[in-house]
Amino acid sequence: MYPSKFDYLAPTTLDEALGVLAEKGPAIKVLAGGQSLIPMMKLRLANPPALLDINRLPDLDAIEESNGHLTFGALVRHNHVVKSDVVKRANHTVAAAAPWVSDPIVRNLGTVCGSLAHHDPEGDWASVMMATGADVVLKSTQGERVVPVTDFCVDMFQTLCRPDELVTEVRVKKHSARGGGDYQKLERKVGDYATVGVATSLELDEHGRIASAGIALTSVYAHNLKVTEAEILLRAKQPSAELFKEAAVIASAACDPASDHRGSAAYKRHIVGVFTERGLTRSLEIAQGGQS
Amino acid sequence: MNVSVTINGAVRSADVEPRMLLTDFIRGTLGLTGTHVGCDTSSCGVCTVLLDGVPAKSCTIFAVQVDGRSITTVEGLKQNGQLSPIQQAFHEEHGLQCGFCTPAMMLVGTALLEENPNPTDDEVRWAISGNLCRCTGYMNIVKSIQAAAAMKSEEVSA
Repeated sequence: MYPSKFDYLAPTTLDEALGVLAEKGPAIKVLAGGQSLIPMMKLRLANPPALLDINRLPDLDAIEESNGHLTFGALVRHNHVVKSDVVKRANHTVAAAAPWVSDPIVRNLGTVCGSLAHHDPEGDWASVMMATGADVVLKSTQGERVVPVTDFCVDMFQTLCRPDELVTEVRVKKHSARGGGDYQKLERKVGDYATVGVATSLELDEHGRIASAGIALTSVYAHNLKVTEAEILLRAKQPSAELFKEAAVIASAACDPASDHRGSAAYKRHIVGVFTERGLTRSLEIAQGGQS
Repeated sequence: MNVSVTINGAVRSADVEPRMLLTDFIRGTLGLTGTHVGCDTSSCGVCTVLLDGVPAKSCTIFAVQVDGRSITTVEGLKQNGQLSPIQQAFHEEHGLQCGFCTPAMMLVGTALLEENPNPTDDEVRWAISGNLCRCTGYMNIVKSIQAAAAMKSEEVSA
């Protein structure tokens, strides 16, 4: 399988890259890890006239802590996240999800920002970011925009990123010492898309009540789905098994999975409930400092 | 476009179309056919090579992307004309049946042992979880990688 012909550009400065995007944005695709884009090009589902390879741009490959955020540069690979001690300490949902993204070899090349920008409705990262809260940084020759991930993710394969813009980083909220999170994923085999994925995140207040909660679902709706109703239910409540069950019922009802080779809609809906409950329970354990 | 790579220690360059996949550059242009092509859709892992020491699926990267970088294929594993520990271990532990997935398994095993010289069986299985063996000979593949780890630690302590 071969992609159709394309021009290849590999600038070495960000300014140069943004200049190229400003000039021919709609006719160009950004190539980061390429682990989704290249297979799509080989299947001719994507036929970009040109590729802008950003792998030679400097300073985009770091995970940094700043102002209550964890910042992932555009060239941070999934495996970098898996191995990062900072991530393990600072965001439990991200840490739990990273080892589940695709397979170990794909994780060596694929990037967090690339996955978000591609916005496959079955991708894991958008759910993680929706549950914990994150901002996407978009740069162009016009300047910089910082967009909440919930706005950034418009619909399947659609984001707010304009053709002249580059996703340069994503800023994910850190968990506090009273925070916890989890990612539960069911997959048929390593490297397959999720049959069901559930991202959860909890922050407790000084009295042990839930200060804020995040729940988002993968692969059970036309796009990654933030379950706002369940998040609101949990807020300002004392955490309990019954409360988590209630949240799980809401998540189950909110999803709209398709019956396919990965399972029937009823089965997936059931798993959403089980995983929501399990994920919230695990998030609470971490938030209460039981296990981390 | 001109692409120049260090492959198994030797610098090679060629003029290629941007859409040429790294697998075909290695197999066709450079004539190193030890790197296999399986699914061609980034699922099976048999086309894995080491890119600056890190496993990458060569069917899912363009040759132009690796300009200036260093690649190791199965042909580059031997050391001074001798089988490397991982090759020796696959031979001794019967780590292959049809042999199609073997080059990639040995490269992934090599990269694993560089990073983690004494892996547990679970860690080995985790490391090779992106590589399919259609003969399902995983037991002996895990055994082989563990045997190579033992050989290497003997080398170090000797």
